[in-house]
Amino acid sequence: MRRVVVTGLGMVSPLGCGVEPTWKRILNGESGARPIESFDVSDLQTKYACTVVRGDGSNDTFNPDKWMEPKDQRKVDDFIVFAMAAAGQALDDANWHPESEEDKCATGTMIGSGIGGLNGIADTAILLKERGPRRVSPFFIPGRLINLASGYVSIAHGLKGPNHSVVTACSTGAHAVGDAARLIALGDADVMVAGGAESPISRIGIAGFNAARALSTGFNETPEKASRPYDKDRDGFVMGEGAGVLVLEELDHAQRRGARIYAEVIGYGLSGDAYHITSPSPDGDGGFRSMSAALKRAGLTPSDLDYINAHGTSTPLGDEIELGAVERLLGNAASKVAMSSTKSSTGHLLGAAGAIEAIFAILAIRDNVVPPTINLDSPSVATAIDLVPHVAKKREVNVALSNSFGFGGTNASVIVRRLVH
Amino acid sequence: MSDIGERVKKIVVEHLGVEPEKVVDNASFIDDLGADSLDTVELVMAFEEEFGCEIPDDAAETILTVGDATKFLEKNAKS
Repeated sequence: MRRVVVTGLGMVSPLGCGVEPTWKRILNGESGARPIESFDVSDLQTKYACTVVRGDGSNDTFNPDKWMEPKDQRKVDDFIVFAMAAAGQALDDANWHPESEEDKCATGTMIGSGIGGLNGIADTAILLKERGPRRVSPFFIPGRLINLASGYVSIAHGLKGPNHSVVTACSTGAHAVGDAARLIALGDADVMVAGGAESPISRIGIAGFNAARALSTGFNETPEKASRPYDKDRDGFVMGEGAGVLVLEELDHAQRRGARIYAEVIGYGLSGDAYHITSPSPDGDGGFRSMSAALKRAGLTPSDLDYINAHGTSTPLGDEIELGAVERLLGNAASKVAMSSTKSSTGHLLGAAGAIEAIFAILAIRDNVVPPTINLDSPSVATAIDLVPHVAKKREVNVALSNSFGFGGTNASVIVRRLVH
Repeated sequence: MSDIGERVKKIVVEHLGVEPEKVVDNASFIDDLGADSLDTVELVMAFEEEFGCEIPDDAAETILTVGDATKFLEKNAKS
């Protein structure tokens, strides 16, 4: 199988527009959670989220006009605008702008989303009921479809290779990275623009996740304290929005053109819980098997892992189940591994989470630092694993694993390693 | 230009994201202003909304330029 490396990174997150601003704030232990101001929250249980801060681009704010024409932004839900921004950044970062027909055909897209155009669907359903079918826009369908994130990116950059998309709830981003890497490994493409995008923060999104008892509700006065994975006072996840996109590339292709290589994607594992639509299996076996499969693919043993970017969403059930699965996986190696949840800072970006977290795992390797789990004042269980409370830690990181688990009992684990020749 | 012409122009500028100077009577939505077939459907919907009238599909098919739209709406506008 061909080897696959990461040569470009792009991101829009609640901590800023761009990979470096986000990473800097994560290492500083900052939170992206804030009161929701863009719609009425008076009757919603949860009145806060990790929102992307829009602006003119100064102070790392997100200026959508930089990435997509205003007339096109109108036609789509925000997840597509986020995807366009993150993909544009990643391609610039990789310095890969295919011009020849051959290069265009060798470059594909695989950007997914958990929910896609939820807001647009809700708004248009109201319009249909109130004004009738003749008022439904011709852009209603193409502006909500999940794979149109890939579609818009493919059209904007002339990428004529595989044009694909993933929809696996909160595992989407991880599956996209893993599946895109496989397309390269198997020779279907030389370069893939892969990741996830999500824009779920809306009345219907909050109401839906509140109804499913998944969201944090108890921190309306102190939103920045709400996302607290492993802490005894955690009460659900904090919804986030944004996108993460990686440029994945076949190793020789990257080396021939002198691309900067961040890391190699060496392992990818997938599994299903076959248990419940929203709850993880109490024995954590699904997560255990996806991590084991990724390690097997990488040809590594658990003791080779330096850092795990946990799924760790800050839900009462999920965090401890994942922790148990990781302890089972690591055995005696538990005390040598650091595991943190960057969702403590970014909130849960659902379908984009696996993509931004794969990027954080890569940056942990680049900078030999592990990001913190903020708000972890009192862990609800004792563990030998270093959960990196509050403060980032310098330590050697050569191999990092990122977990993502989604509704429907879908699990994905991606392993990246510093490039060794 | 008539008041209706001005309102048509404003809608075209907004929906197609083009420079106002380019929106002249003989400008074709598709050939000169960069619209695609979906854009033209949306434009017609915007005209219906603004002018409170219904534009049947067979009439919509004859509205190819800014001037076509203004002429049609000068006859059919209800608001």
